[in-house]
Amino acid sequence: MKKEDAKIEFRKVNFWYGDKQILFDVDLKVSEYKITALIGPSGCGKSTLLRCINRMNDLVPDSKIKGAVLYDKEDIYEKNADVIELRKKIGMVFQKPNPFPMSIFNNVAYGPRIQNITDKDKLMYIVKKSLRKADLWEEVKDRLGLSAFSLSGGQQQRLCISRALANNPDVILLDEPCSALDPIATAKIEELLKKLKDEKTIIIVTHNMHQAKRISDYTSYLLNGKMIESSQTAEMFSNPKNDLTRDYLNGTFG
Amino acid sequence: MVTENKKQAIYFLFFKSAAFLSVLILLFVLLYIFEEGVGAININFLTNMWSHRDITQGGILQAIVGTLFLAAGVSIISIPVGVCTAIHLNEYAKDNQFNRIIKLAIRNLAGVPSVIYGIFGLAFFAIFLKLGGSLISASLTLGCMTLPWIITASEEALKAVPFSFREGSYALGATKWQTIKRNVLPHSFSGMLTGSILGISRAMGETAPIIMVGATFFISGLPSSPFDKFMALPYHLFILATQHSSPYARQYALSTALVLVVLIFALNFGVFLWRYKLRKKKKW
Repeated sequence: MKKEDAKIEFRKVNFWYGDKQILFDVDLKVSEYKITALIGPSGCGKSTLLRCINRMNDLVPDSKIKGAVLYDKEDIYEKNADVIELRKKIGMVFQKPNPFPMSIFNNVAYGPRIQNITDKDKLMYIVKKSLRKADLWEEVKDRLGLSAFSLSGGQQQRLCISRALANNPDVILLDEPCSALDPIATAKIEELLKKLKDEKTIIIVTHNMHQAKRISDYTSYLLNGKMIESSQTAEMFSNPKNDLTRDYLNGTFG
Repeated sequence: MVTENKKQAIYFLFFKSAAFLSVLILLFVLLYIFEEGVGAININFLTNMWSHRDITQGGILQAIVGTLFLAAGVSIISIPVGVCTAIHLNEYAKDNQFNRIIKLAIRNLAGVPSVIYGIFGLAFFAIFLKLGGSLISASLTLGCMTLPWIITASEEALKAVPFSFREGSYALGATKWQTIKRNVLPHSFSGMLTGSILGISRAMGETAPIIMVGATFFISGLPSSPFDKFMALPYHLFILATQHSSPYARQYALSTALVLVVLIFALNFGVFLWRYKLRKKKKW
């Protein structure tokens, strides 16, 4: 893949929940092996935008999308597009840690089992590898059989990251993954994401612009469903081109 | 001048008395049945066939077995159909006018008097389908009656599974069926179980519908096929209490009642223990 190609690209995307339009002509290019942060005030449409990428919005009745979302240059909203395959390649981590009510092992093995991997050794290998990648293995290796609810909030969120990694996705979407966590747990996840971008493309929605500044390579600022500005993070934070971005970053509102 | 605190105390006292009264009435009923019914209960009563001439010589085995067969028949018929219907309505059916009417109809069917199901069973299963008065007719009739309860309870159990479990599963590339099978049904199982058993327990105590579709006061042996007539505890105690000439009939009616109560209690207690085991794993 050439450097200038976008891993994910939005072309004039408009999105509605019922009669309410959430996104207006959104354009966005996401580079491979980088962390892209989506920032903006609550209700600006950043979570909706994120959920367009793995088509989670399909679950909402009466939602409607116009425009194109390209993943490796293919339009994922095309008629023949396979949503199930798409979601295996594009993992997602949610705002509130949502481990399943089963053991730590079974949580991570959920994705592989969905793909009909039943061999015990193979599952164990995947689980171990995924937990290692999410920096959780050392903490849970002696209690894989315990309920996932026995973990702390930060551990639960890293478990959800391992669960997503077990499918070996190209892209990981994170929807405000640290908003329910304390600063120490947040720092751990940020470290983890920086490490993961060596092999994954990461898109993170955050209401915390300091987090965006700390970890992302690119930042996009969304306001009222419109893409105001997208650029390299360092550039945006030091020299925003749009006055609206400047106001938001300066804390004038938001 | 009544202060707010005093007002509150009066209201709470009122609620408390209501609660006490309900529990007291229930306890009284159970104690009365136990007190009056325990007299005739012995091994002979529980394990012997009914003796028509001298009721003190025999037992109520046919009625116990008949009621258990009936419970099994109703379970086999209504639990799978009810649970599958609930899965369809809650997971697959679109939220449109038609499906809302269906759901409303099911809620309303739950309130139809049992005797109406009896007359339907007689006309449809016994006569039209030529199943006659038999265990199978009665099971089908009571199955129809319990269906709305089981559907409603199962739907509630499915609704109680948090959306985040489904969402998380879909995000991992699971299909709808995989999500339901792996991450919804296992977590709603205990709720479905409770609702189903509650329905079955109520069916076990029904008298009116089964009279029309095959329950008899006396058969000489145990039913040997689903097409046989059968004896059942509620009908048996009804006849003993109202129409039997033996001087011991009242005593035997109360003993039969006690057996029925204990049977249903045991069933519910068993399910309670099972559910407790399942619930221990569940925390959300």
